[in-house]
Amino acid sequence: MTGPAVRPSVPPGAEAPGFGAFVAQAARAGALVVQPRMGMAQAGAMRAGLLATRAALAVTVGTVTLDSYTRTGDLDAARRALAAGAGLNGYPIATHPVEVTRGVLRGVADAGFPVQVRHGSAAPEGIVRALLAAGLDATEGGPVSYCLPYGRTPLHEAVANWQRSCRLLAAARGSAVEPHLETFGGCMMGQLCPPSLLIAISVLEALFFRQHGLRSVSLSYAQQANARQDLEALVALGRIADELLADVDRHLVVYAYMGVYPRTPGGARLLLEDAARLAVRGGAARLIVKTTAEAHRIPTVAENVRALETAAAAAAVERAGPPGAAPPDTGIEAEARALIGTVLDLDADLGRALVRAFAAGYLDVPYCLHPDNAGRARSSLGADGWLRWSSVGSMPIAGLVEGGRPPILGSAGLLTALSHVQRRYDGLAERLPAPTPRGLPAVR
Amino acid sequence: MASDSHTWNLVFLQLLLEELGHRVTNLGACVPDALLLAECRRIEPDLIVISSVNGHGHQEGLRVIPALRACPELRLTPTVIGGKLGIAGADDPDRERVLLAAGFDAVFEEGSSVAGFREFVAGLRSQVLL
Repeated sequence: MTGPAVRPSVPPGAEAPGFGAFVAQAARAGALVVQPRMGMAQAGAMRAGLLATRAALAVTVGTVTLDSYTRTGDLDAARRALAAGAGLNGYPIATHPVEVTRGVLRGVADAGFPVQVRHGSAAPEGIVRALLAAGLDATEGGPVSYCLPYGRTPLHEAVANWQRSCRLLAAARGSAVEPHLETFGGCMMGQLCPPSLLIAISVLEALFFRQHGLRSVSLSYAQQANARQDLEALVALGRIADELLADVDRHLVVYAYMGVYPRTPGGARLLLEDAARLAVRGGAARLIVKTTAEAHRIPTVAENVRALETAAAAAAVERAGPPGAAPPDTGIEAEARALIGTVLDLDADLGRALVRAFAAGYLDVPYCLHPDNAGRARSSLGADGWLRWSSVGSMPIAGLVEGGRPPILGSAGLLTALSHVQRRYDGLAERLPAPTPRGLPAVR
Repeated sequence: MASDSHTWNLVFLQLLLEELGHRVTNLGACVPDALLLAECRRIEPDLIVISSVNGHGHQEGLRVIPALRACPELRLTPTVIGGKLGIAGADDPDRERVLLAAGFDAVFEEGSSVAGFREFVAGLRSQVLL
């Protein structure tokens, strides 16, 4: 049995250290880096979470996920909640004094265990200042993916905010620091967004980061509902990134399914293992895990550690096996290239190009309620989990992908599509053989 | 809710209410209290539906409902809240009681059925259909 790979040692001075270098080193050593989504309000709990993540039997990086108040810039609410001891759904990095956050990270975050800040803000300057002050230099987001899907900040404001934030982050570059920024573009809406648009936004955001000074980026893609479609998408994302971002350090990161998660521990585990297999087969270097508690509540540290170890073990097994066949091309790459090319042709300034693209509906996120989204695109899920466009609106991709146009979903159809993965994996878990009690021989 | 960025719940509720024959103004994600109040006063809706899944729904619901009730034109407007309202799961028996006492007309915690919400909507006195 192949165990998870051991944490790579990062020799000092080998290359500019930091998040990207650590992941690259792990990839060369044959290990998939696994990462939780984890943030606690209190410093002690946050530190304990990071220590546990570091100690997991896997090659891990740490996460400080911020709370919703900090994300939306309501620092007063974060301060009040902290003072009142009310629960926060993440770590309020701009509210805790910087010494407190440094204390959280001291002796935990270093070249052998980089920590990334995850937030979701369309106005992230304060967050970037706070993470840099605390000694961190890796975060995620993007002008589109941290604006359109879930907020109401006008897109042109998010673009300006992200431009300034990228420059702030890039300016922290030093001999011992290579700031890293990950696109969240591959996760738009979490689910039901066809892969070509996920790829396009992820690539366009990475190009935006590069335009504003970043030299180390990662491109995200969230697992959807059909492994073959996801593999084709991930291979296409890697190919396009290699072509358009050849001059920067880069890697692909897969997110375990971001939609309605299986309710059963078995179903959740099977889905996570599939995400790990997808990451390995698709050439990703990092995986954001989900836990068995995901459908019910914010997971505990122990549940996160278990998820990290489960994913690392599945990835190691997959890597040890024979390489899978290349996925057949159904047109995802052609669609993604058409979207990217159309946007790049609009304006040499990526920020302006993105704003114009959304205004014209050349990019149009299905089911996105943001006022700057055209809202004419619709998607649907086949019985096999294959995502298809029901309507492409004004996007320049009509007829590039195989297959017909499914009808536009109503509320019942939407609910069925949203819970497809949950049902499928909970069903698979039911059919698994019951676990053999420890210490007893298996019945033959 | 001002701090909640989730929207699938809102997309679903819009489709469901529209299919039940109602006209829906969907305010989307991260609705600041002031916007919620201004829009509700402007529209004078037959029902206000607040849906939140990020775990702050309980705290934010308690902040928002007195502000809604303080507007004379919204004092009696049926107003419901639902979703994942806390960060520790749906098994807090006090939460529904506290939210009802604060002024909500109904609470639909995660796990309660869509049928319950439909029933509530069907029972609304004003049945203004398009």
